[in-house]
Amino acid sequence: MIDHGYRTVQVRRGRLSGLWSTRSLVVCTGLVAVTFLLMVVSLGMGTYPLAFDRVLGALLGVGDDSQARLLVVGWRLPRALFAIVCGIALGLSGAIFQSLTRNPLGSPDIIGFSSGSYTGAIVVMLVIGSTRYLEIAAGSLIGGCLTAAVVYLLAVRGRTVQPFRLIIMGIGVGAVLSSLNSTLMLFVNVDTAMLAAVWAAGSLNGLGYEQLRPTVLILVLFLALLAFVAPRMRQLELGDDAAQALGTRTGRARSGAVVLGVALTALVTAAAGPISFVALAAPQIARRLVRGPGLALVPSALVGALVLLASDVLAQRLGFPVGVVTATLGGAYLAWLLADEFRAQASRRK
Amino acid sequence: MSTLVTSQAQEDRSAPAGLARGNGLRSLGLLAATGVLLAVTVLSIGVGARAISASTIWHALTAYDNRIDEHVMILELRVPRTVTGLIVGPALGLCGALIQAFTRNPLADPGILGVNAGATFAVTVAVGLLGVTAPLNYVWFALAGAGAVTVLVYLLGSIGGTQATPGKLTLAGVAISAALGGVTTALILSNRDTFDDLRFWGVGSIGGRRLDVTLALAPLILIGVLIGLACARALNSLALGNELAASLGVRVGRIRVAVVIAVTLLAGTATALAGPIGFVGLMVPHIVRWFIGPDQRWIFAYTVVVSPALLLVSDIIGRIILSSGELRVGLVTAIVGAPVLILLARRRTVSGL
Repeated sequence: MIDHGYRTVQVRRGRLSGLWSTRSLVVCTGLVAVTFLLMVVSLGMGTYPLAFDRVLGALLGVGDDSQARLLVVGWRLPRALFAIVCGIALGLSGAIFQSLTRNPLGSPDIIGFSSGSYTGAIVVMLVIGSTRYLEIAAGSLIGGCLTAAVVYLLAVRGRTVQPFRLIIMGIGVGAVLSSLNSTLMLFVNVDTAMLAAVWAAGSLNGLGYEQLRPTVLILVLFLALLAFVAPRMRQLELGDDAAQALGTRTGRARSGAVVLGVALTALVTAAAGPISFVALAAPQIARRLVRGPGLALVPSALVGALVLLASDVLAQRLGFPVGVVTATLGGAYLAWLLADEFRAQASRRK
Repeated sequence: MSTLVTSQAQEDRSAPAGLARGNGLRSLGLLAATGVLLAVTVLSIGVGARAISASTIWHALTAYDNRIDEHVMILELRVPRTVTGLIVGPALGLCGALIQAFTRNPLADPGILGVNAGATFAVTVAVGLLGVTAPLNYVWFALAGAGAVTVLVYLLGSIGGTQATPGKLTLAGVAISAALGGVTTALILSNRDTFDDLRFWGVGSIGGRRLDVTLALAPLILIGVLIGLACARALNSLALGNELAASLGVRVGRIRVAVVIAVTLLAGTATALAGPIGFVGLMVPHIVRWFIGPDQRWIFAYTVVVSPALLLVSDIIGRIILSSGELRVGLVTAIVGAPVLILLARRRTVSGL
């Protein structure tokens, strides 16, 4: 029996073997339970409030309360599920980027993906003049991926990417794009510009089952790919030399992880616009909850789902796009996180 | 004494001496830069959507006649625009130079440090919640917002009892800008009129400002410039580190307060007048440093002259490309400035930042 320094649950059944920390399992179970509870509560809220048991009945399909079924399953459920799906994708994407850059700020927001996808969407909405969902989604995807590629290439020097340089490049390119975005907004009338601005804030308004199905399908595909990439990412965390000694092709593993991370964010952006800071905050919260070393993909995904669902509930009550809530809370959280880290650095030096 | 300090500062930071080594050459350069600024000013009045002959311009300035369209154009559009550029330019540049010297961070810029986000937030509150619309009134909000955020970013960056290092300040600026940006977006999106007012303010522009408003705010910028220039010598000593500077007779605490006041006055007023204009404060001190080396006194003097020239040139470029005036100076400076930032970040190693 190996002592891992923390309590573990082990499975050893031939090829099927695994090792999880007990704490991580407890945390994940707790997160699932809290998310489900919050979902049921949020499904009961709205202009026509429903009692907890009626929501639960409608969800499970017991009884014949057709009014509750229509409200809960027909109208309110897709939005809640969307929040959860997007939260999972953002949490995973953030965990991937933070593991790769070994930096709590490594997230698709910081490397300029959001500004780029905003530019793409604005070009589609304002220049081409389309407000169709699929075209906006395509525009934002192209814009975001191009920007991410440009920032990444600019930060590469001597075949390595220093995280700090990546962040600075992201800030620079993001600043140019955001003044380009504000300029584009001046050429159209107020209502079109406002439509673009609401989209840019990131909102789950008006999303239904028809957008949910493809999103879930693609997410499942990405999750399957991630299952292949994740073990190599754990080895990358040991450092490039150690990972190579263990037989990992570091360059290939890293670019695979970057592509997957960008793809996960792109999925969310295409569906709901650039929702900021969930990708940044979720892995950090997860790491503090699990207290484990390194990569915590599943907890990050679950925290992401919970954070986005909670933000969306708040956003619905306040009448703002959800991205406004996540940016405000996320920015404040980031400030707190930095304060914490600076204090820790100072005490380590003493 | 001060020459000793400067030469030590050069050795200590192992900064390159710059192209112009002697003070004679530097003075000559400053004179040349002033000449360029004058030429650009004349050009800014001369270039526009409609070609106006030099003699007409001269008549408009000397013998103004409001029945002639060209005269009205010159006096009501081009002169205010040029004057605004001349007043906002030094503020932006010197603000950047001060922050860079103060934080010892070559990448520091009021935009990156969140000062602009603070001013934008306060202006949004003023326009959206309090119904203030005249720039003369919301400049106070911009000032208060800029000041509060400067202090906040600095406090957050110096948590842990150590010096506020460049990286820490940048990150603190990002975090606070993001949080304020979220609230700003919420306020803007909740009201259609506010949105319409502020989308024009959101890209920095020096056009469309009334001359009396610009001139009324000029004293604030003048005070900021004077405080900034007065700090130059002390900042030279601060480049050696706080302890050494204190032993050389610099009152570190007092300088810190003075710099924060100057930065607030400069950035807040400039943002209130022209909206957020990025990259001028980042770029100009670098170009200047490359020419004259690390002495802050020369850097500040040059910055005050070169920044308005750069701003006016950017504005003229914008006017030439799109004669409607909708290609605003904020976008042009961003497009010109981003490559500078990228080159800087690529050239220096992380430890050098």
